Amino acid sequence: MAVVENLPSPSTERPIGFGRLKRKEDLRFIRGEGNYLDDIKLPGMVYGAILRSPYAHARILSIDTSAALAHPNVAAVVTAKDLEMLGLAWMPTISYDTQAVLAGDKVRFQGQEVAFVIATDEYSANDALALIDVDYDPLPAVVNARKALDADAPLIRDDKSGQRDNLASPTWEAGDEAAADRAFAEADTVVTRDIIYPRCHPAPLETCGIIADFNPNTGQLDIYNGNQAPHAHRTVYAHVAGLAEHMIRIRTGDIGGGFGNKVPVYPGYVCAIAGSIVAGAPVKWVENRTENLTSTGFARDYIMRGEMCSKDGKITGLRVDAIADHGAFDSTAQPTKFPAGFFHIVCGSYDLEASHVKVKAVYTNKAPGGVAYRCSFRITEAVYLVERMADALALEMKVDPIDLRMRSFIAPEQFPYVTTTGWTYDSGDYGKTMDVAKQIAGYDELRREQAEKRARGELMGIGVSFFTEGVGAGPRKHMDILGLSMNDGADLRVHPSGKAVVSISAQTQGQGHETTFAQIVAEELGIPPEDVEVRHGDTDKSPYGLGTYGSRSTPVSGGAVAIVSRKVRDKARLIAATMLETRPEDLAWEKGRWYVKGDPEQGAMIEDIAERAYSGEPMPAEMEGGLDAQVIYDPPNLTYPYGAYIAVVDVDPDTAHVKVRRFIAVDDCGVRINPMVVDGQIHGGLAEGIGIALMELISFDEEGNCLNSSLMDYLIPTALECPDFELGETVTPCPHHPLGAKGVGESPTVGSPPAIVNAVIDALHESHGVDHIDMPCTPARVWAAMQGRPEPPQ
Amino acid sequence: MDVSIAINGEQVSREIEPRQLLVHFIRETPGLTGTHWGCDTSNCGACVVQMDGRPVKSCTILAAMCEGHEIRTVEALEVDGRLDPIQQGFHERHALQCGFCTPGMLMTARALLDENPDPTDVEIRTAISGAICRCTGYKNIVSAVRWAADHEAAAKQEA
Repeated sequence: MAVVENLPSPSTERPIGFGRLKRKEDLRFIRGEGNYLDDIKLPGMVYGAILRSPYAHARILSIDTSAALAHPNVAAVVTAKDLEMLGLAWMPTISYDTQAVLAGDKVRFQGQEVAFVIATDEYSANDALALIDVDYDPLPAVVNARKALDADAPLIRDDKSGQRDNLASPTWEAGDEAAADRAFAEADTVVTRDIIYPRCHPAPLETCGIIADFNPNTGQLDIYNGNQAPHAHRTVYAHVAGLAEHMIRIRTGDIGGGFGNKVPVYPGYVCAIAGSIVAGAPVKWVENRTENLTSTGFARDYIMRGEMCSKDGKITGLRVDAIADHGAFDSTAQPTKFPAGFFHIVCGSYDLEASHVKVKAVYTNKAPGGVAYRCSFRITEAVYLVERMADALALEMKVDPIDLRMRSFIAPEQFPYVTTTGWTYDSGDYGKTMDVAKQIAGYDELRREQAEKRARGELMGIGVSFFTEGVGAGPRKHMDILGLSMNDGADLRVHPSGKAVVSISAQTQGQGHETTFAQIVAEELGIPPEDVEVRHGDTDKSPYGLGTYGSRSTPVSGGAVAIVSRKVRDKARLIAATMLETRPEDLAWEKGRWYVKGDPEQGAMIEDIAERAYSGEPMPAEMEGGLDAQVIYDPPNLTYPYGAYIAVVDVDPDTAHVKVRRFIAVDDCGVRINPMVVDGQIHGGLAEGIGIALMELISFDEEGNCLNSSLMDYLIPTALECPDFELGETVTPCPHHPLGAKGVGESPTVGSPPAIVNAVIDALHESHGVDHIDMPCTPARVWAAMQGRPEPPQ
Repeated sequence: MDVSIAINGEQVSREIEPRQLLVHFIRETPGLTGTHWGCDTSNCGACVVQMDGRPVKSCTILAAMCEGHEIRTVEALEVDGRLDPIQQGFHERHALQCGFCTPGMLMTARALLDENPDPTDVEIRTAISGAICRCTGYKNIVSAVRWAADHEAAAKQEA
């Protein structure tokens, strides 16, 4: 029988502040008492369902809703015509495009929203969908991004005046083309690869949904909606629906996973709001799994050509030409000035001489999105490309992939380091992190084992990746979304008894904010984390800010909480000086109290200071009572977490099944507030990375039919596909973050796919001559590659 | 049609549409919203409850089929203010993040331990492979089930 592993004893933990604190939020979830969107039932609530297009591209000739309206339980049927009267037929996307809320002229992807039925119950609403008669005139569809640019390709966005092709935005460039060309001209070795990062989907276990409750008497709109950016959503609704922003309240409740899927405003949300205005009752709409996979925020879909070169054994240059497939509407989410997101971080962790990146974006008859799935605004695609290219180059040079990376890394003394595409990396010691990963993996021993297995005809692969991310968007001088600066607020009140409430503009979808943000206050004020309540996910009860995505909670919101705590601490110092009848500069801080320098017995605890702040006793001159502060934090830069990942895979020679036997992840995310939560984030991201590398794919046939529209076809890793992850860490504090912390949530999903694909190629190169394979590495696709006929994923 | 189903030891009776799924019956009639819905196709396991002690996916069973059967949901795990060891294990080992899969995972794992009090890691992984967790990568769930198994064994030895 296994022995119970010893839990860390209290003495090894920091009782107040940072450390492995078990989560406050767990108790409601393990009791089945979470409060998710679909758990909410309002009096008089009715239910919405959406009729969706069966065609990828078709003109709508007519819509007959009379039979649906005759259904005894149907309250209303909303179509584009009705929305036009409300001015809601089209809505702006996050990328300054427009998207049809309900299709009026034509449908542009399979699954597009055509009509919204409101009925007394969910079953009736769905029954009524079958009673709506839509007459379509099918048009040729284009699903391949390369073909979308052909001269004879059908025009998808004929709604946009002046649009004559399927180009969604002008070509966007970064780096220096001439310098890159020089680096390539002077190189010893050059490799080229066509690399596809296929379309996949975040598929959180809880699908998207909303309850909209408009009160015509007061003009108040109450929205219950598990989204990742409630304040930004409220501003968007105010603009789109012409409602007063202060009369809109959004409550997220508990959110059953987001991963980027719950960042955008979806047509279903606008329909529910319009429905509530029309029906005069609260309207609930919850998408089913097929709707989730086929219509809301997909991820990736980047078609890339990479070229990388080396000179004297070191990586020197990179050129990338990419096509971004946005689907029918450009609703990708990224800071406004970065139409390809942060893809130009593609120069990675290497001290290049030059690089040049070109990205153009196209429309296709596929669902819109491209925002999501733990991607840090396209850093997934960038890291995948550069780390696949580094391995391709190592293969060509016949050198060990770790050795090539080690020789090419930016050296610790080069930080702060400005990359050839303009990023300023703040800190790093890449070689050290790579070494830790090598040690945990037992890399040399693994190579010996591989050689022995190869001699026996077994297919074992070892794959490496090293990533640098830029997360925590972002500084307002560089970054906004729809004109909203990417800052976050925090509001901290210490009550007379010394118990505190901190309100934050980010909210959790599982990241553990209620625990870790309490720990930040605890660390800074020296009060126990259980005495700090974290309020979030309610626009009426939290300060303005842009929310939780792009690994930005700790970098931005965490910075806000640290700074607001310090403001309170500074105020406490002045009050303590009055209490102790001394000057503030004569006081020193230790966790939880201000004391007189040279006389440590004389001091005041935070709770005593709090009591004083609300009492009738005198305060410092001209100071208001109370012990509280608020802040909107504008980060000076992004944070740059990095990591070294090693995957060990076995490929079955008879079935081509890939088994990830081991996965080693060494992350440097700076100072760790709650290492238990950080480890959990990494485990989860690795599982999703394994899914993307091996099984998760959204694909389409020539007519634009989605072939992966349920979890029968969209495969998500289970416990059997995931190995027992082996983690390590190095800690290089972020020099500008108030806590020295960096973001981490997306690192594992960014870093793991290239490690796994590199491992699969490593397993198959010598025996089968495979030097590239596109994801997902399903048995069929790996088998085809082993036979010398690799297939693109689309 | 009228159905009467024993849920967590209480008889719940109601007139329903014959097509109503058990997951909807559980969530709507006694209002036990701990059991979640996630996929429609029996793939995700968010809706797992126990039927006569065995884990079943309540999105794939009609409420009408449950007449005369005992249904047990996550709400029944805690007894007299004492968490079930499997609940405690999930908390101790950080085996949940967003919490949406947790009720189904707990009921699946509880059924495993009732049948096999000392499972190997492979047996745990196999038992929970019908349930998807998008957040944890399963490592800590395996560890949590192990924690519960060890604590139940220790409690038995003391008794």
